[in-house]
Amino acid sequence: MTTIAVKNLSKRFGAIRAVDDVSIELAPGKIYGLLGRNGAGKTTLLNLITQKIFQDSGQVMIDGCDVAVHDALLSHIYHMTDKNYFPDAFRVKKLFRFCQAFYPEFHLPYAEALAEKFSLTPSKTLSQLSSGYATILRAILALASNAPVVFFDEPVLGLDAAHRELFYRELIAHSCQSPKTIVISTHLIDEVAEILEEVIILQTGRIALQQPVEELLEQACLVTGANDKVSNFVAGRTVVGGETLGNAKAAIVMSPITLDERHAGEQAGLEFSRVNLQRLFIALTNQPGVQR
Amino acid sequence: MLVGFKNDKPIFLQLAEAIEDDILSGTYTEDSQIISTTDMAVTLRINPATANKALGYLVDEGSIYKRRGVGMFVMPGARGKILTKRRERFGQYFVEPLLLEAAKLSLVEQDVIAMIKERGGVK
Repeated sequence: MTTIAVKNLSKRFGAIRAVDDVSIELAPGKIYGLLGRNGAGKTTLLNLITQKIFQDSGQVMIDGCDVAVHDALLSHIYHMTDKNYFPDAFRVKKLFRFCQAFYPEFHLPYAEALAEKFSLTPSKTLSQLSSGYATILRAILALASNAPVVFFDEPVLGLDAAHRELFYRELIAHSCQSPKTIVISTHLIDEVAEILEEVIILQTGRIALQQPVEELLEQACLVTGANDKVSNFVAGRTVVGGETLGNAKAAIVMSPITLDERHAGEQAGLEFSRVNLQRLFIALTNQPGVQR
Repeated sequence: MLVGFKNDKPIFLQLAEAIEDDILSGTYTEDSQIISTTDMAVTLRINPATANKALGYLVDEGSIYKRRGVGMFVMPGARGKILTKRRERFGQYFVEPLLLEAAKLSLVEQDVIAMIKERGGVK
């Protein structure tokens, strides 16, 4: 079981603060969603944690030890990126054996079983794989790595709907069998909402929030009804988004609503419903600089 | 147990209620083993912790019990307990929204009762 703690991590590219004073903790056994708009700093953050690039300031701690000093600890993390680091002429089956030789924890039979499930032909060379299959291969290597911490950066990019479903199911089955810390960075929020235990939302390099999904969804409430009635009801509350359509209005409220308030609202013709993660994410990240 | 998730309440609660429905309908009888956390998580594509939470809720409610190393089983008497609980909630969950909608449409009590009778009443 491995715990990762990121402390005040910052990285600039020229004038851009790609990662800006980020502190997060990843507890063992949880499935995290790393969410953020394009350019929010998700990939940079993962690259910093795995020390593919180096921070300007801040620390990455694995089990309480600084990785800048104890770089062997990085073997606890497998990072599935969007890049292929292996020679194009390698065949899939040779790559599997290569991984087994180099990563002592690599589980060859599992990789072969996954290849069969995804109909990935083991005799193909890497250069013969379509972009979808190249992603599938990287996902298989990540699942079979058996590392206690696995980062998936856009794991389903280019995959068809059936293969995406298969990947999610394999990911869940795998994490049930050998609990590990999983971080999924993705734009397909609707698809992973029910798989995630906790979300980390990045906005322009900063942590907008880190919270259990269920807790976050319980906090938010969509209030709909006549324009003026909704406006009256939400006055003085924290509204993070919504839209107006003719005389009707919908507002996403993030501050607590008591049962009595809700009941009174319903009597006045307002409707109250839960917000799904994707809609809430869009509302939160459309705000200029969410600070919590 | 196949659940099409709605967005009106937490997933773990929807799962727990789906299992309760199966106990009510007799799909799961007393002392029979129910679906495992792993099967539930993989089949329904949800976080294993959510599946665990649903089972934990049912244990707290006294509807299921754990046999170490084997799995979860339906508690004797669970069906009666669930029945009582659901009956108590029936007014709040079903009658109240019915009355709200009826009021919205200016239907009176007799109208609503007539509609129930038209459909052959409560079966």
